[in-house]
Amino acid sequence: MKLLSYFRGEAFQRGVHPPGCKHTADTPIRRLPFAPRLVVPLSQHIGKPSRPIVRVGEEVLRGQPIAEADGWLSVPQHAPATGVVEAIELRPSARGPWTECIVIRVYEASTQEVLWGTPQDLDAFPPQDIVLAVQRTGMVGLGGAAFPSHAKLTVPEGARVETLVVNGCECEPYLTCDHRLMVEHANDLMTGIRHAMRATGARRAIIGVEDNKPAAAEAMRRALPPGSEIFVEEVPTKYPQGSEKMLITALFGVEVPSGKLPLSLGMVVNNVGTLAALGRLLPAGQGLIERVVTVTGPGVARPGDYRVPLGTPISFVLDYAGAPAQARQVILGGPMMGQSVASLDVPVTKGVSGVLVFRGEDMAGREGRRSYPCIKCGECVESCPMGLNPSMLGMLAARREYDAMGEQYHLGDCFECGCCTYTCPSNIPLVQQFRVAKQILREKAAA
Amino acid sequence: MTNLAYAGAFMALLGVALAGVIAFANRRLYVYEDPRIDQVEELLPKSNCGACGTAGCRNFAEKVVAGEILPAQCTVNAPAQNTVIADLLGVDAGSVEKRVARLACAGGRHVAYLRARYAGHTSCRAAAVVSGGGKDCAWGCLGLADCAEVCDFDAIHMDTHGLPVVDADKCTACNDCVEVCPKGLFSLEPVSRKLWVACKNLADGDTAEASCEVACTACGKCVVDSAPGVMKLENNLAVIDYAQNARAAKQAIERCPTGAIVWFDNPNFSIKGAESKKILRQNELPLISA
Repeated sequence: MKLLSYFRGEAFQRGVHPPGCKHTADTPIRRLPFAPRLVVPLSQHIGKPSRPIVRVGEEVLRGQPIAEADGWLSVPQHAPATGVVEAIELRPSARGPWTECIVIRVYEASTQEVLWGTPQDLDAFPPQDIVLAVQRTGMVGLGGAAFPSHAKLTVPEGARVETLVVNGCECEPYLTCDHRLMVEHANDLMTGIRHAMRATGARRAIIGVEDNKPAAAEAMRRALPPGSEIFVEEVPTKYPQGSEKMLITALFGVEVPSGKLPLSLGMVVNNVGTLAALGRLLPAGQGLIERVVTVTGPGVARPGDYRVPLGTPISFVLDYAGAPAQARQVILGGPMMGQSVASLDVPVTKGVSGVLVFRGEDMAGREGRRSYPCIKCGECVESCPMGLNPSMLGMLAARREYDAMGEQYHLGDCFECGCCTYTCPSNIPLVQQFRVAKQILREKAAA
Repeated sequence: MTNLAYAGAFMALLGVALAGVIAFANRRLYVYEDPRIDQVEELLPKSNCGACGTAGCRNFAEKVVAGEILPAQCTVNAPAQNTVIADLLGVDAGSVEKRVARLACAGGRHVAYLRARYAGHTSCRAAAVVSGGGKDCAWGCLGLADCAEVCDFDAIHMDTHGLPVVDADKCTACNDCVEVCPKGLFSLEPVSRKLWVACKNLADGDTAEASCEVACTACGKCVVDSAPGVMKLENNLAVIDYAQNARAAKQAIERCPTGAIVWFDNPNFSIKGAESKKILRQNELPLISA
């Protein structure tokens, strides 16, 4: 790949270098026990919520479908454990509003074997059937966006996919779940890549890994099938490289046009976690019932990467990993883009890549820090990877001029990486204002 | 000297010629506009609030003069002022029932529990995107005063418990607070609607009461006590059918155990039933520990 090494010097323009804090990079993935009750939200993905196909009081087997996809942009849900459906009711979600969930009481005496699923020979499938098989697994982007994977692997009429880009950057501080998957499950990953390449018709696949994970790159190079068109490329470490547009710039030196998808350049980007899970589930014909979650932060006694059944309440995860009672802030996802949660009753869903816990003393300097007026230093402008003007956007947000933000200052290109807020010396919550503005613009567009 | 005379004469001629062009254009391109539109606009409050449903006061004046809308549709003007407009145009002022913004939540800091404390940008909208804002009741008022800030008429104030209070005399029903509230708690209600459910919690009764002492627990007493069809229970919440408003009576609130069902004796003041629990606490409740 001489062609690519030409661009090695500079990954992509701007961005930031937050401290890595990847303390759990060398700890093998461990399995979390089953919580007494698992709460499976019907809406764990972008798109329409699934439709339940079980009734209250029904017994379910681990891996059995309990909700079906409602339309194309939707995925089924599978029972994460053998047990009985205790309720189908509203429960708190990490985003705030209560959503419809299926509550399963886990049978303690069960062996919890996955008895559901018929092995299938995917090599005999035509590409569109592979896409349907992906939808049957209930797979969504496990990097955090939770966009249904089958929709991403569908190539629209008239488009052509040359390259499958596999995103193994994991640029968020603290998170190591993708790193461990690359080290421990490189073979599953290769199977997943092979099927994804067939589904999209891509000729080659390029795995992008940040150069702070040499072990992962090494493990994947060893697992490369001989004679395949799969390549492992190391890119200089920088945040937010895990964004698909940034990774494409880092690998190929080209920019995805504003408002377009990587598909316009003949590329499809998928996360390593997603493809590794697909590599395991697709041949077995099973559904997504667990995921690897990094549980870490200064407030965790036994940090590590845990294989967590979907629907496990955060409080159970924290009890097991040893979070003290004085835990002050709990974040789902990474520290840059993750979401603070208000309630520990919310479950681990398909899009949760990490649980970070900070104690009161870690937050001491930050809580109650007020924000000051913008001093127009330009730090945010120099850090925005999309080349936007966060300072101007912030001032418009304060004046509630949302239309101008969208039309003149390209708010739609902001993917909320948080670089602007990270660098702002005046402590202005820029990215939070943008989230609000984007939400309001979405509401206006829908009305 | 002659140069000066030539230049002066030339400039004078040019001025006359251009004046002719302007005079001609003024005649040919003249658009007749009813002078009454300006007069009516003068009599309007010029707040451009949009409560009447038009694009602004000028647009409203045009529509009033054209007879498409009645003067009383302007809820910001005093009724006497609208009569002046009606007299000017020789039309009927019309009558519109006064509507006020009403909040469907009574969970101030002294009765509603917090699960987590929100620290960040002081705005309800911004708090709502961070896991709902930290209030245990996911439907309740966050109390960060987006509505008070957005109100152009100074009609909304925050009380000591962090709940917005609407001054019905100042409220013009302009809809700004309805649009800004991230929890959708405000609605514009005609003042004749006296019976009101001050809660939106859809959780089951026990859960709702555990997160807020004045939540509707959907016990159904109000449904039994009111005339048939006036109230019903829907998704763990009492709902009033305002098509039956004429039959709604104060009796419905009397046995409400939490005081979530209230009666607006006058638009500014609501009363709770005799059997509702008395809230004496003034201080903020502590955080619910997980």
